[in-house]
Amino acid sequence: MPNMQKVYTKIDSIVGNVVTVRAQGVKNGDLALVGDSYANVIKLEKDIVSLQVFAGAQGVSTTDPVRFLGRPMMVSFSDHLLGRIFDGAGVPRDNGPALTENLIPIGGPSFNPSKRILSKNMIRTGIPMIDVFNTLVESQKLPIFSISGEPYNQLLSRIAMQAEVDVIILGGMGLKYDDYMEFRDTLEKGGAMSHTVMFIHTAADPIVECTLVPDMSLAVAEQFALEGKRVLVLLTDMTNFADAQKEMAITMEQVPSNRGYPGDLYSCLASRYEKAVDIEGAGSITILGVTTMPGDDVTHPVPDNTGYITEGQYYLKSGHIEPFGSLSRLKQNVNGETRDDHRALMDGMIRLYAQYKESLEKKSMGFMMTEWDDKLLKYGELFESKMMDLSVNIPLEDALDLGWNILAECFEPNETGMKTSLIQERWPNKEALS
Amino acid sequence: MKVETGYVAGVNGNLIKVDFDGSVRKNEVGYILVDDKRLKGEVIRINNGEVSMQIYEMTDGIKVGDAVEFTGELMSVDLGPGLLTQVYDGLQNPLPQLAEQCGFFLDRGVYLDAIPDRNWDFTPVAEVGDRVRAGDTIGTVPEGLFTHHIMVPFTLRGTDWTVKSIKKHGSYHVRETICTIANDKGEERELSMVFTQPIKQAVDCYAEKLRPNEPLVTKIRCIDAFLPVAKGGTFCTPGPFGAGKTVLQHMQAKNSDVDIVIVAACGERAGEVVEVLKEFPELIDPKTGRSLMERTIIICNTSSMPVAAREASVYTAVTLAEYYRQMGLDVLMLADSTSRWAQAMREMSGRLEEIPGEEAFPAYLESSIAAFYERAGKVRLNDDRIASITIGGTVSPAGGNFEEPVTQATLKVVGAFHGLARERSDARKYPAIHPVDSWSKYKGVVDTDRMEQARSILIRSTEVGQMMKVVGEEGTSNEDYITYQKGELLDAVYLQQNSFDPIDAACVPERQRKEFDRLYDAMMQTYEIADKKDIRAFFNQLRQEFLDWHGTEFETPEFEKQEKKISDFYMSKVVS
Repeated sequence: MPNMQKVYTKIDSIVGNVVTVRAQGVKNGDLALVGDSYANVIKLEKDIVSLQVFAGAQGVSTTDPVRFLGRPMMVSFSDHLLGRIFDGAGVPRDNGPALTENLIPIGGPSFNPSKRILSKNMIRTGIPMIDVFNTLVESQKLPIFSISGEPYNQLLSRIAMQAEVDVIILGGMGLKYDDYMEFRDTLEKGGAMSHTVMFIHTAADPIVECTLVPDMSLAVAEQFALEGKRVLVLLTDMTNFADAQKEMAITMEQVPSNRGYPGDLYSCLASRYEKAVDIEGAGSITILGVTTMPGDDVTHPVPDNTGYITEGQYYLKSGHIEPFGSLSRLKQNVNGETRDDHRALMDGMIRLYAQYKESLEKKSMGFMMTEWDDKLLKYGELFESKMMDLSVNIPLEDALDLGWNILAECFEPNETGMKTSLIQERWPNKEALS
Repeated sequence: MKVETGYVAGVNGNLIKVDFDGSVRKNEVGYILVDDKRLKGEVIRINNGEVSMQIYEMTDGIKVGDAVEFTGELMSVDLGPGLLTQVYDGLQNPLPQLAEQCGFFLDRGVYLDAIPDRNWDFTPVAEVGDRVRAGDTIGTVPEGLFTHHIMVPFTLRGTDWTVKSIKKHGSYHVRETICTIANDKGEERELSMVFTQPIKQAVDCYAEKLRPNEPLVTKIRCIDAFLPVAKGGTFCTPGPFGAGKTVLQHMQAKNSDVDIVIVAACGERAGEVVEVLKEFPELIDPKTGRSLMERTIIICNTSSMPVAAREASVYTAVTLAEYYRQMGLDVLMLADSTSRWAQAMREMSGRLEEIPGEEAFPAYLESSIAAFYERAGKVRLNDDRIASITIGGTVSPAGGNFEEPVTQATLKVVGAFHGLARERSDARKYPAIHPVDSWSKYKGVVDTDRMEQARSILIRSTEVGQMMKVVGEEGTSNEDYITYQKGELLDAVYLQQNSFDPIDAACVPERQRKEFDRLYDAMMQTYEIADKKDIRAFFNQLRQEFLDWHGTEFETPEFEKQEKKISDFYMSKVVS
């Protein structure tokens, strides 16, 4: 194409991160270089081309050269990606060489629903609150709802270390620099870095690059999955991604819909989360995201829209995963085949924990405590310290045994509401407890 | 016909501006020619000689100056035999066939024939010389369980058409001419088994619209008895995420007593559609003994698919529903979720820079929602058969707050409101329909007076429950406490239903009436029990007996025996 070689040197306007230039034959979505920063075409109006500059338009001069590259935004894909760290525009941030081979477009088309399959494999994390109560399933998309200050990034890196998957892709958006370093160090120390790819946008980086991180991560994930790999994509923090979208929409003078967010926030989030898939005859993509809730408000547009898109959510509150509110919609697909007592124990323990909460409330209001209330209070404390604590790290089977032990320590068998046949099989020997 | 052309003058997201000469119709379909692809779009505005088109595909790679072809046709679907069991996207592209051609991903610009390419065994009904008009049957073909009517296209104008020739009984290709008609002016039309129908125009080839007065049985007790839906009626199911909207809708799709079910998955999760795709072919429809899929069409435009096609998908679904209604069938159309459809309108309106209404939804939101639900109805067709379309839509209100524009606009036009409550789903009370806040204007399967009485006990019980939170059990009178327990009983054994239990999942109306009458009788008695502990024990036992009753097969000795056991049990505590 002739325009690929042509350099335009007259920028008409610079507003926010968007510059406009008069050019012809430019395609929507194409990549360009403004000065030496990448930019992509977001709007065409006759010969006026609007470009969004990835590194921000700060310092861009009206006479800076604009070169159109004649192709959309792409990312290199090969096994060389493993162990590498890039920024949102795909530029290495680990002093390694830039990768240019086998470029693939990002933000590709949607997966054909008729080629999806229902996943039947659980992803083991070693965290009882996940494995036992809200099992993570391959191909699931699940956010961690959390308020700022909770250890969500530690939780993510633990899951990344322990999950039995082939490839991990970490997409960091608006990360604090020390959080980024912590991710890197943890994964390196744990030996998981060799099968990890990171796309990191830190809080100090240009805002446009933040919006590219999920697309870059998922485009790469998709290729690995098509090769038959089980891929786990970790995205933190999607609220920063949504806020970046908001910032860009407002500079583009779009009509805001709810608390300043653009009207297409739902579609924006959905087109990313929906990349989670189990592919017939190939691999899978599982997405675990973090959505921080401003002001602990789940009705805030970002967690609210996310909740409608994802297949459940984990609530992270006061350092542990809440049993109420947390939900894995796909757990039914897998927890029937783990162990015969899994479902019954999960339901039974949660039911008792709910009763514990009621007793606790009664206690705090000064109502009389019965013998049954005391049992529940003991149970609740044990449950919180032995099961809910995030530092607990045991396989599912041990966690189930632990569950029975806790029950046996607090209750008579017939108080648990479990089926008699299960109790006979699983109730631990009293003597072995102490 | 001359093809009007134009060229692209601007691109903004999925909105394209086009310069043209000649004539362009509003809402006609056009194609953008990009590389070797043709991307479908619809003209949504013509302003100062410039056309605005919404494109049903991703718009990357379009450049100023690309050629545009206008078709002169409104956005339409193909209607003909073979629609049942199909899975389409919002533009009626068959997804499994698309997968065969394009592999794992939905390549843009690929539009396949919606009607399966095959022969059908045609039996003529009309004869040469018959007068016909739009919607009249000219012949039939067997389509699975149904006699599929081959009809005169719904868009045919005038009443002066006569059959000139019609094929004899035999096997013909679906696109082959099987009939020719001519009008008094001498114009001729060749008809095949397939015709096209614009999706945004309601089909009105019927004698009159009737009042929906016959219950549509969903086999869900809480709906059929307390919050009924009528054949030809409309209902909506708003609820926050995780309250079970989609599970409830799948239950309705499985168990409703209708001929055809059309499921429009509009802007929701692809995984849920996959569940339907994998599950329905395995399930047997008790009414026909055949696979449920044989009465089902799925329109699937999930959240990651292009947003303009999402807007079209509900219209595609309702047009297919109207087609089968014209054959004298009862059709249930389920849309999940209408909020995503409204959001698609909002996105487009924003790009058009229209003045926004509440929460940036366009000002025409209400009239669009009303016009959509008004396509439901029970009708008397021209040949006096009765047929209906029932429309049920889920609504996904932002923040679970029903005060938002889509919920409110929907509530104005529907006949039944099944509001789902977070506190019920958190407590694992399914279906999570709020029994007190929800309402219905239709008549249900149980006696209305008795239902109202039961409901008033439930309301009173909720009040007592609220009060007890403050004053504790100690501060509540025995009489109030019994009322409270009666309400809880009604909730636990009648309103809640276990959709995973093979027997309880579907409750036929006869059984509903029988169970309701027994429960009503139990609730109307005055009990003499001394203290609260015994009252609680009594109702716990009674609840257990009712739940065991749900587990027995209807019209068996066990069923009768358990009912006797229940009545003996509660009668023993009744004041003599």
